[in-house]
Amino acid sequence: MIYSFLQNGDSAVTVQFQNEISKEVNSQVTALCDRLEAKRIDGVIEIVPTFASLTVFYDCSVISSKKLKKKIEALIRDGESHVKGTARVWNIPVCYDDEFALDMETVCSHTKLTREEVIALHTSKPYLIYMLGFLPGFAYLGGMDERLFTPRLKTPRLEIFEGAVGIGGEQTGIYPIASPGGWQLIGKTPVKVFDKSKKSPILYRAGDYIKFFSIDKAEYLEIEKQVASGTYTPTVSEVEL
Amino acid sequence: MIEIISAGMLSTIQDLGRFGVMKDGFTQGGVMDAYSTRIANKLCGNDANAPVIEMTMLGITAKFTEEHIFAISGGRFDISLNNKPIRTNKAYLAKAGDVLSIKTAKQGLRCYLAVAGGFDVPLFMGSASTNLKINVGGFDGRKLKAGDTVKVGKASKLKNIEKRELAENTYDRIVTIRVVLGPQEDMFSENDLALFSNQRYTVTSDFDRMGIRLWGIALRGKEKLEIISDAITFGSIQITNSGMPIILMADHQTTGGYAKIATVISADLPKLAQVKSNDKINFEIIDVDTAEKIANKQKKYIDRLF
Repeated sequence: MIYSFLQNGDSAVTVQFQNEISKEVNSQVTALCDRLEAKRIDGVIEIVPTFASLTVFYDCSVISSKKLKKKIEALIRDGESHVKGTARVWNIPVCYDDEFALDMETVCSHTKLTREEVIALHTSKPYLIYMLGFLPGFAYLGGMDERLFTPRLKTPRLEIFEGAVGIGGEQTGIYPIASPGGWQLIGKTPVKVFDKSKKSPILYRAGDYIKFFSIDKAEYLEIEKQVASGTYTPTVSEVEL
Repeated sequence: MIEIISAGMLSTIQDLGRFGVMKDGFTQGGVMDAYSTRIANKLCGNDANAPVIEMTMLGITAKFTEEHIFAISGGRFDISLNNKPIRTNKAYLAKAGDVLSIKTAKQGLRCYLAVAGGFDVPLFMGSASTNLKINVGGFDGRKLKAGDTVKVGKASKLKNIEKRELAENTYDRIVTIRVVLGPQEDMFSENDLALFSNQRYTVTSDFDRMGIRLWGIALRGKEKLEIISDAITFGSIQITNSGMPIILMADHQTTGGYAKIATVISADLPKLAQVKSNDKINFEIIDVDTAEKIANKQKKYIDRLF
C-alpha cells in the first residue's frame, strides 16, 4: 500500500494515501480509521478521516510523533487494507418541489435534462460519504451521475436554508445548518442530519452511504412533523462493498 | 455566581476545546490562549480545563453575588476591583457585592477570567466551549451580554491566596513564532521556504478566532497551491493562491483545500492569540522533536506552579 506520513506541528500526524479522490483510496482511509479507533492508543486525542488521508491528533506529553508513527505503521502492516463486507446506506427523503429547488431551472438548462430526469438520476444510486467537514454534519458525497454535473453559482448565496440539497460541480450534498454557500439548490430534506438535541447529533459517519428518494410536499410536511416530535428515523439499508 | 453588568466586546465561555468530534465536522475550538488559561486556572486551584471567560480587547464588568476566589491572566488590561486597580496573574478574593471591571487591553489582545470552581455551564459534546458559528456550548451558545448571570462550580479549599501570584505576561509587537514545516512543505520551492522564514510578515486587520491573515512578499509554490481537502490543525499555516499566509486558529474549519506550508508549535499559539493589526511576525523553523520538548516543558512549568 502506498502511504506517507506528514507532520502537523507537535499536535498531529497525517497518514497520506495515494493523492486522489477514489472509492479505492477512501476505503483504505476508513479501514485504518476503524482499526485506529479500536486500538485506542494512549495519547491519541482524535482521528479525522478525509478523502485520501487520515489525521491523528496526539498529546505529545503522552506519546511522541516518532512512537505514534511506529504504532500506525504496525497497524497498516498487520491489518486489512480496505473495508470489507457491507456499509450502511441512509435513505434520505428529498422534496424536489419548486419552492425548495431554487436552481432547478439552471441545472436543467445546463444539463439539458428535464426536471423529472434530474430527480430520477439524483435518486438513482447511493453516494459514498468520503468525509465530513466544513460544517458539522456536512458530508462530501461522491458518485453522482456525471450527466448532473453543474458548476457552482457565480455569486454564492449569503444564506442557504437548513436541509437544502444541492449540486456543486461534481458533488452533491445536504446543508446541515443554514450557511452561506454556492451550490445549485434542487430540493430540501425534512430530516435533521445535525440535531443539537441528540446525544449523537450527526446522523452518519464517513464510510456510510446516502441514497435520496423523492417525496411530495404532503409527505414532506408529514415527515417534518415527525422529525419535530422526534419520532422519525430514516431507514437504513446495506450495500455490498 | 457573577452578574454581567457590561459584557465587553467579545466575551465567551471557553475551555481547552471540544475533542473527539472533529471527524463529524465540529471544530475543536476552545480558548485561543491555552497558556494564560492554564495559568488563570492554576492560580485559582482549578483543573486546567475548567471553563473560563475569554475576553477580547474590552473586558467585562461584573458583580460577584457571593464570595469567590478569581484570577485573570493573558493580555494586560486595565482592571479594578471596587474601583481599586488590580493586576493579572494574581489570585484575589472577592466578597459578595464586589464589582470587577476589566476595561481595555494595554498589552496583548485577550484575557481570561477564572473563578475557583470554574464557570458552570452545560457541556455540549463534552466541552463548555462556545461555538458562535453554530451557536452551541458555553452560555446558551452565544457571547455574554449585560444581565446574564453565570454560575460557578464548587471550589476546592485554597490556602495562602496572597502567595498565589506570578509576574505579569509581556507582549511585544514583534514576535517570533516557531513552526514545524509541513504537512505540505513539498509543494514549495527552496526559495519559497527561505522567503517564508526570512521575511517579516505584518498582521492584517483580518484576525479573529478563526484565523489571522498576514501580509508580506508572496510565495509562489511549485504548482497551484490547492490540495485534496484534508484536516486542519490549530496553528496550520495555509498559503492561499495569492501567496499570502493565513494562520488557522481555534475556530478553524475542520478541513481545507489550501496547501499548508508549516504548523505553529503549540507552545507559541498563545503568543498568536495576543497579536493584532500591524504586529510583525517572523517564523523560525524547528524540528518536531524540539517542538514536542518545548510543549512538554511549558506544560510541566505550569503543572508545578504553587
